[in-house]
Amino acid sequence: MDTPLIEFRDVTKRFGAITILERINLKIYEGQITTIIGLSGGGKTVLLKHMIGLLKPDTGTILFRGEPIAKMKKAQADASLARMSFMFQDNALFDSMTVRENIALPLKETTNLKKAEIDKQVMARIEQTELVDAAEKFPSELSGGMQKRAALARALVTDPQIILFDEPTAGQDPVRKNAILSMIAQSQRKFGFTAVLVSHEIPDVYFISNRILALYNREIVFQGTPEELENFDHPFKDEVLHSMEGLQEELSGLHSKRQFKVLYHSQMKHRARGETYTVAVFSLDSLESIIAILGHEAAQEAIRSMGSYIDKHFGAIGGFSTRHHTNEFVTVLPYSELDEARDILKEFIEDFREHGIRDIWAGASRRAAPGECAEFTVLAGLAQGQPIADIDAVIASAESQLKEISRMQCPAGG
Amino acid sequence: MALTAHDRGSQENGAGLQPGTLWSRPFAAVGKAVIAWIDNLGASAIFFILALIKIFRYDQLSKGMQQLYYIGARSTAIIILVGLFTGMVLGLQSYYALVKFGAQGAVGTLVALSLVRELGPVLTAIMITARAGSAITAEVGILRISEQIDALHTMRIDPLAYLISPRITASIIGFPVLTAVFDLVGIMGGYISGVLLLGVNAGTYFHRVQASLEMKDITEGFIKALVFSVIVSSVCCFHGYFAHMRTDSHGAKAVGLSTTSAVVTSCVLILVADYVVTSLLI
Repeated sequence: MDTPLIEFRDVTKRFGAITILERINLKIYEGQITTIIGLSGGGKTVLLKHMIGLLKPDTGTILFRGEPIAKMKKAQADASLARMSFMFQDNALFDSMTVRENIALPLKETTNLKKAEIDKQVMARIEQTELVDAAEKFPSELSGGMQKRAALARALVTDPQIILFDEPTAGQDPVRKNAILSMIAQSQRKFGFTAVLVSHEIPDVYFISNRILALYNREIVFQGTPEELENFDHPFKDEVLHSMEGLQEELSGLHSKRQFKVLYHSQMKHRARGETYTVAVFSLDSLESIIAILGHEAAQEAIRSMGSYIDKHFGAIGGFSTRHHTNEFVTVLPYSELDEARDILKEFIEDFREHGIRDIWAGASRRAAPGECAEFTVLAGLAQGQPIADIDAVIASAESQLKEISRMQCPAGG
Repeated sequence: MALTAHDRGSQENGAGLQPGTLWSRPFAAVGKAVIAWIDNLGASAIFFILALIKIFRYDQLSKGMQQLYYIGARSTAIIILVGLFTGMVLGLQSYYALVKFGAQGAVGTLVALSLVRELGPVLTAIMITARAGSAITAEVGILRISEQIDALHTMRIDPLAYLISPRITASIIGFPVLTAVFDLVGIMGGYISGVLLLGVNAGTYFHRVQASLEMKDITEGFIKALVFSVIVSSVCCFHGYFAHMRTDSHGAKAVGLSTTSAVVTSCVLILVADYVVTSLLI
């Protein structure tokens, strides 16, 4: 693998007699979204503050592109740290300045750009973060979600290579939490920065993260992909992950991924060889354009409504569902063969065209600006599996069968 | 809050009380408080020097002017009010004291010397501490506890240069100017009570003012104003900047207590420094 962008080697930090971090070893790779998870008060923010130089380790080394920051010349260390931005948990926006002034501050104070150029760059960020109407407002006049967007715009305005997000979704409702995560993921794809998040939002954060770091008992006990974390055998999993995850996903009300797998294994354990089940995959198409037109919150509300509708319908006939990707749901019909499942899906489609898609639109329109109109297209696919088959392979097979089942453009359409 | 080595030592030793510990405790407490006070004084002196060095940066002018408006210009009204009544009271008191000796013509001398040498710089500094010093501590303290100062660090903006140096510049300019305003208005206050209300001859009053005041008195007053500006700006900024380091409270309460500490410390130091400067210049 490439040289890590940031690497911690045996980093220890103490405050007086209290050890917060002990021999921390971690790697952050360029262009990825890395999420640090762990219990509250476990030292995640302290870890993040070491990355941006707000705190210095008592022992150990922090490397930037393979070079120890402590051994760099001041100018070089400053240049390395200048490539980073930090988004604070409580945003840390200057409350006596307007949104525009807040975003302009780093450019005004740290560059020699002319006012016209600063204004141009600030306006570009304001437009990208959908804050045009709020540009002249003070932070206290904005909603929590808008404040987050303003903080993100300020973090982005210097074109940083790395952005550190400290609990970006803290204190937000489930729809806003997912809207913020979706905004981070979308911005990361658009601007290509490396993102490091501290978050509790499991499993939602898995959908946007390339790598997960688990901080437990002052040490990093896991580094890997969200999928690898599923198979990670450590007390962290029982003590931390399960307590964070809960039984149901906060946004959609469906089973969490882990609970879904537990249910799947318990259902399949006693099934005879040769018996079959069916997997249905549902996807909300063109999520990016929905976000672009209606905004992140409306898109997340649409996903939430869709998940609830699927759960209600298939839960009543013995199916169980989970959110598989940001805009994709998976349902297992444990006792249905493919033909029977096709009939069930047919009934679902009729019902969904009648009511479901309207529910999704109604949910989204509550969070969207009045008069905005986007096209909603829902796809579905079926695949048959056997108890011995790998569920992920069956899901992949259902994904390959995705076809449009319903489309709607604004309330009058259908 | 993190424990210091001293605290840890206290915990380790606290298990078995030694004879005489009870007697030594008050001394230990006083000693600890004095050490902490000296420690803070040293830290605030270093803090002031670091911020002072940065006032000569090219981008300080506009920020300094902005702060001069808040600390200086917006304190003018209260300085005029306090100066006027201080002068009037001085005129009144000195008239009734001097009239017993038939020396009521010396009202101007007494008013002018008292104001220019002592009351002008001291009362101006105390009034600015109450009005602007407390606001500085509260504002900087809130910036600290809401992580806005950390945000400046992360944006590579030097918080000392951005927040503290302009306030020091404004204080260094504002204190002497406001002291001059206080002195002038105070002398006019003495004129109102002494001349207009009590009948001292106007020509005598102004002649005595002019004759008794020497350049040395005015210089002494301005030196005091400068010393007080350094004390007030460094103490108030320091208390706000390190509001999060308080061991007795956190958050908004820490800001409140820091503001109180800043005002009390500034006022005490103003009076102590007044004595020291007077004894050196007299």
